Amino acid sequence: MFIIDCPYCGKRDQTEFSCHGEAHIARPTDTQNLTDEQWGEYVFFRSNTKGLHRERWVHTHGCRRWFNALRNTVTDEIFATYRVGEVPPGAAESQP
Amino acid sequence: MTQAQRLDSGGLIDRSKPLRFTFDGKPYTGYAGDTLASALLANGVRLLGRSFKYHRPRGLIAAGSEEPNALVQLEEGAYTEPNTRATSVELYDGLVATSQNRWPSLEFDVGAVNSALSRFLPAGFYYKTFMWPASMWMTYEKFIRKAAGLGVSPTEPDPDVYHSTYAHCDVLVIGAGPAGLAAAAAAATSDARVMLVDEQSVPGGATTGRTLSDAYTQWFEQSVSQLHNNDNVTFLPRTTLTGYFDYNYLTAVEKITDHLGPGRGADKPRQRFWKIRAKQVIIAAGSIERPLVFADNDRPGVMLANAVDTYINRYGVLPGNDIAVFTNNDSAYLTALNASANGAKVTMVDTRKSVNAGLTSACEDAGIKVFTGHAITSVQGAKGVSSVRIMPLSDDSKSVAGQAWEIKCQIVANSGGWTPSAHMFSQSGGKLRYDNAIHGFVPDMSKAKSINPNVSAGACNGSFSTAKCLQEGSQAGVAAAAACGYQSTPGALPAVEEDGLGGIEAMWLVPTVHPVGEGSAKHFHDFQNDVTAADIHLAAREGFLSVEHLKRYTTTGMATDQGKTSNLNALAIMADIRGAQIPEVGTTTFRPPFTPLTFGAIGGQESGELFIQERHTPMHGCHVQSGAVFEDVGDWKRPWYYPKAGEDMHAAVQRESLAVRQSVGMLDASTLGKIDIQGRDAAAFLEMIYTNNWKNLGVGRCRYGLMLNEHGMIFDDGVTTRLADDHFHMTTTTGGAARVLGWLEEWLQTEWPEMQVYCTSVTEQWAVAALNGPRARELLQSVTDIDCSAEAFPFMSMREGKVAGIPARVFRISFTGELAYEINVPARYGRQLWQALQQAGKAHSLCLYGTETMHVIRAEKGFIIVGQDTDGTVTPLDMDMDWIVSKTKPDFIGKRSFVRSDTNRQGRPQFVGLLTKDPQVVLPEGAHIVAEVKDAPPMKTLGHVTSSYMSPNAERSIALALLNNGLQRKGDTVTIRLMNGDVVDAIVTDPVFIDKEGVRVRG
Repeated sequence: MFIIDCPYCGKRDQTEFSCHGEAHIARPTDTQNLTDEQWGEYVFFRSNTKGLHRERWVHTHGCRRWFNALRNTVTDEIFATYRVGEVPPGAAESQP
Repeated sequence: MTQAQRLDSGGLIDRSKPLRFTFDGKPYTGYAGDTLASALLANGVRLLGRSFKYHRPRGLIAAGSEEPNALVQLEEGAYTEPNTRATSVELYDGLVATSQNRWPSLEFDVGAVNSALSRFLPAGFYYKTFMWPASMWMTYEKFIRKAAGLGVSPTEPDPDVYHSTYAHCDVLVIGAGPAGLAAAAAAATSDARVMLVDEQSVPGGATTGRTLSDAYTQWFEQSVSQLHNNDNVTFLPRTTLTGYFDYNYLTAVEKITDHLGPGRGADKPRQRFWKIRAKQVIIAAGSIERPLVFADNDRPGVMLANAVDTYINRYGVLPGNDIAVFTNNDSAYLTALNASANGAKVTMVDTRKSVNAGLTSACEDAGIKVFTGHAITSVQGAKGVSSVRIMPLSDDSKSVAGQAWEIKCQIVANSGGWTPSAHMFSQSGGKLRYDNAIHGFVPDMSKAKSINPNVSAGACNGSFSTAKCLQEGSQAGVAAAAACGYQSTPGALPAVEEDGLGGIEAMWLVPTVHPVGEGSAKHFHDFQNDVTAADIHLAAREGFLSVEHLKRYTTTGMATDQGKTSNLNALAIMADIRGAQIPEVGTTTFRPPFTPLTFGAIGGQESGELFIQERHTPMHGCHVQSGAVFEDVGDWKRPWYYPKAGEDMHAAVQRESLAVRQSVGMLDASTLGKIDIQGRDAAAFLEMIYTNNWKNLGVGRCRYGLMLNEHGMIFDDGVTTRLADDHFHMTTTTGGAARVLGWLEEWLQTEWPEMQVYCTSVTEQWAVAALNGPRARELLQSVTDIDCSAEAFPFMSMREGKVAGIPARVFRISFTGELAYEINVPARYGRQLWQALQQAGKAHSLCLYGTETMHVIRAEKGFIIVGQDTDGTVTPLDMDMDWIVSKTKPDFIGKRSFVRSDTNRQGRPQFVGLLTKDPQVVLPEGAHIVAEVKDAPPMKTLGHVTSSYMSPNAERSIALALLNNGLQRKGDTVTIRLMNGDVVDAIVTDPVFIDKEGVRVRG
């Protein structure tokens, strides 16, 4: 059971949060011009990373704010949490 | 028999406080401070149960919670509890225990024939025999369950009260033996908040009842008293750490009143479940002695050496007057000397050829005969050991040969070494390392999981001597406090004599005159699951070589003891067969709980009425008065129907359904999800969320909307009303309210943060009474200042005014196809509104109706219920609702998925009506429309019935269905095959059965 550092509220128990998978997947703006493959890539495909993973969390039973976390999926270490729109920490090094 | 094995003095029992108890109906007496196990042993009872598979007679093996055999059914009736370990049950006056897994009696057990048939019951027997045919499993199962079950579950509600609680601390210490006490004592000299938990009733761990040195005794008493008196310390005895989860979240169960006996806990809960967050954890869980695996080592009376010590030292019980001690290491010599000093005639059998001369001479001084380089090759006595046979081991210790000796004894105290209790470290995600010096796995701190800061101290770290335990514990306590930012000043540690494991030579499988698996002898390594060394050989022969396969194939290490005494022996035997090193075979994962715990404790106080919170609308009391039968919708209690005297559900629903279409009905619609949406970009936002157009919706006007996910599938619907240019009132399904709010917030926060839109749940702020039916207008007009005429208040619009004197928003929207008004008032006026309308309604033949009638009459109009007529795999086009999908909007959520090949293909399930040929037949919901009727499944399905009712207004049965290519099949006859084999023909129709032109709703 994780302890998660909500960027708005501080450290809270995992039961207050829900996880919504991989972060930084922007919704395409020109949806009607996409091929099925491109649209399928956005709707269905995720990286399923082993190791450092940026993922979306929401403080459901708290401030109800969405934010992102940088977590190692093997060790469950959460290296950072950051607000939507903020540059992911270490983005330059860990960019896949 | 009056405690024949009780010593005259010694032990932590109170001989002035006798306690009566019964075992299998027979009365016995023990003393305060006893466990059920020690009291039975004091009375000379060695046979305590029958084994799981072979029904072999079994007795105590251990003195602690690792006990695999002595599982008893405790107490009777509502208080009964199966599979309690006699070694962990503290004795109280009047205790009632019965043995398990025997029929008809413990002494004579029919199932023991399994033992004679054991060559036909090998490992994997159940898998092999009962795999095929699958349909026969149902038949086999009840016999297997009867023959192989352990205890019996209570059938009555649990009369006890439980509690659960959260705790936070800096340093959590697991175990109050020398290491744990030293750790807690050291950490507690700082300002750190310390928790110390221990499963025993008294601290001391393996030293309980032992006298180590005066200095130790003094240190021990002082440390315990200081911990009890320190406000920064929470010291929980009778508390077992059951699980270790991420970020140092640990669970423990505290047995508060179990030791007093059932119903004697006064106002205290029986058990408390602790959920603990600790900054640092010190694991001082000790170690568990391993049995030697030798021929017929499961006879009652074969015990672990340390158990014999514990029964003598702590409980003042000499388990037998003639004791053979069988060992491969030095630690059991202490047992031999201890038993001898307490009056037993002791014989020492050591598999090692050369032994520390100090030990052998001490034995000789005590009159103990020592056989070195010998092994026990057989154990006599089916229901209790009577003698053992020993023989010299060959040079390689793989066989026996030479002069055999018969040794008379009632107890075989055996030790195969000690296994550090690495359960908690392993549960914390750490990996283990094999230590050749002690022949056991120890925590590998280089492979610990960093999110769970912990350290192992003492025997669980492979450090068995008391001196080392004290030293490691104290250091760990200082370090853990320091890691939390606290400085400690630990006191001096007492001097103690060297003890512990001493020398050891591995002996994993003790040879006998026959090779393993031949002859009648069994070499058990897992007593609880009745798994023998021969089973491991069989598993290896059949290719189940990996430890995970071995475990599942033979069931070794499973069940309530989770292999505490058996796992390492199983691995080592497998390693030997494979010619591999033990670390190559690997270990299975240690899983919570460490020992079994009650569901009551896990549930804590959240049982009965507190299990799930019920949501009531403001009108709930009125519904109760009106005799409503309630239905659970999510957590809500909604009136299902309002039966009149003598009416069943069918009659009530038929009456209510007719009334809605003939006069006027009233439904409590307060549970519908309601979301207040405001902001500059509210309309633009709704354009993306819904499939249809919203920008052009006039103020005061209402519109029905469908919400899709990005897959293009329907996931909620509802009517949304424009209250102002930048202000909307959205309604959602009752069950979808929270999900939809979350969905809106997600898009606003993560994808379109530039939009100025604010969403607020107002579900519980508004109470809603829905009036439906041709007389709705005259009823409403009689209590409101709003002009309700068709011209002034058209369909799909909203008016504000007073209803029964209460400020209200009235929405002219309809889920019945009738003239309808949904009257919203602030929740605190809900009951007043309802009562006023009920009163006024008397003049207009008002009928209250519930959710069942709501379902029937909306189906008459073909209105869908999301989640009933849709299932997350249907698009608006599948539902024949393309009228609500904008062709002009460039984008909305899910739009792009409409042109995917799958959403476009022919043959998708589509929404249709079904009329059975026989109008009296009501199809079961979920029934399948089949391509071709066969005698038995499988049959090719073409779709299924989603809604089905007897409609009083259509005067026949009606159904809604999803049917492949259904929109093109209207007029066709289809066949529905029911579960009972009946076949029903139905005609595919339009899903609207009443007022197809939609005249009534606009009236």
